[in-house]
Amino acid sequence: MTKVIVQGKAKGLVLKTHNPINFLGAIDNKTGIVHDQKYDIFEKSVKNSVLVFPHGIGSSVGAYTIYSLKVNGNAPIAMICQKADLTVASGCALADIPMLVVTPEKFNSIENGKEMQIDTRSTEIIN
Amino acid sequence: MELTKEEQEALDGEMGETLQTAYRILLATGEATNAEKLIPIKWAHLSGVNYNTIGDAGEEFLRKISKDAQVKVKATVNPMGVDFDHISEFNHIDDEFIEKQKSIRDSYIRMGVEPTFSCTPYDIFDLPEKDTQVSFAESNAAIFANSLGGLKTNKESAFSALASALTGKSPYSDFRKDEINIPMTIRMKLEHPNELDFGLLGFFAGKVGDTAVNISGVSQPNRRSCKALCGGMGTSGTCAKFQFTDVENDTSEKVDFGKEEMNKIYDELNTSDKGDIITLGSPQLGLGELSDLSNMLKGKSFQKRCMIFCSRAVQNQARNLDYTKEIERAGGEILSDCCTCLTPLIDTNETDSVTTNSVKGAYYLKNSTGVDVNLKSLSKIIEEDTK
Repeated sequence: MTKVIVQGKAKGLVLKTHNPINFLGAIDNKTGIVHDQKYDIFEKSVKNSVLVFPHGIGSSVGAYTIYSLKVNGNAPIAMICQKADLTVASGCALADIPMLVVTPEKFNSIENGKEMQIDTRSTEIIN
Repeated sequence: MELTKEEQEALDGEMGETLQTAYRILLATGEATNAEKLIPIKWAHLSGVNYNTIGDAGEEFLRKISKDAQVKVKATVNPMGVDFDHISEFNHIDDEFIEKQKSIRDSYIRMGVEPTFSCTPYDIFDLPEKDTQVSFAESNAAIFANSLGGLKTNKESAFSALASALTGKSPYSDFRKDEINIPMTIRMKLEHPNELDFGLLGFFAGKVGDTAVNISGVSQPNRRSCKALCGGMGTSGTCAKFQFTDVENDTSEKVDFGKEEMNKIYDELNTSDKGDIITLGSPQLGLGELSDLSNMLKGKSFQKRCMIFCSRAVQNQARNLDYTKEIERAGGEILSDCCTCLTPLIDTNETDSVTTNSVKGAYYLKNSTGVDVNLKSLSKIIEEDTK
């Protein structure tokens, strides 16, 4: 079942990684580019993407990185995780970025680069 | 998550924008952890104080909310980037950093937090009674509170702890409940481990563990080792608690931590066989650690620059007890309100590598400050880098 953590509507292309994300260390909030080469989305930009990743890890200050990405105009338009964590949930809540948690099956079925539409108040949350 | 009438009104904005924001955060974190309700907490420890980590957006956000926000419960804060008492000795720090860092400091003080600027609140205050609900964002402090302090907290984020401070509440979920399932036991196989070994064990446990781990084969480590364990564990993963145990016949998954596992983590974090300078303190050193250090340094002097980080409160106590005398005579620079992790005091134009005994420090020195790290135990630092 898809669970809504932060409400909202979004439409954009999926950027999917299999690596849990440490927002503080891995993403440059001034550009939105992943600058840690340990990630399979190294050098990609999270800007305006539907960012799909397993869950957040690392510093509790990563919530500020999510907020900074938003203020700087480089944030994803939505985030989809397999497991919710407090850093990503609270960062998305403050930055007003819709956030969902999906089942492993759903997570695996999401394809990188595909267009996706999210509306948390609709009966079909993900389209 | 069910909200009371009053909580719902706050969420709808009837008590102002700041509390609305705080309740939006609590709602999201409550949904994220499947909480059924909010419960009162007694103490919030906030992260997001260093201008290096929260940047302009964070500085502006705090300046804005601190115009009307006030904390409802005891609130303490993490280190800043610098020690303002010593800032004139660090010429490479630019005016913009100083101005923005002061603004962040002042915003927190306006909101009514205690200006502790420390990642070790457990070294500054007596802990409240057992099972008290707190809300700690600093990972080593959250793990310490749950594992050694007898308190209850989730591994809070910077914003969830701030929301708790402003509302006095937190979602009732995960580590706040009485029954916690610990699915894994790590069997410590190293004999006579020092604080570095415990830091490496923590980093390993954080990587392989998920929510909480048992640790067997360990007999009463000293406080320095316990803090290293908390620091290492908080850095590498999502674990929020450990428990020392002698029981190995339960059903939890068993994972060994021996020489091979230790060397693998060590090789990941140690990137140099020497350091241009030494840093001690991540987590910041406590009074007992400063006392030990002053004894170890009797008749010796550091052969290179050594920065020693402790909280302001601990530094003041150490001065009264004269522990600082021997350390400063030996050339140690005692700094407060900041720590090894993410401090711009380390001038990367002049420093290529840093020696430290901190696993947590090593991770951030390498990945955030961008210097090489020479990781060795305190006793080895004293042996090799003092005369």
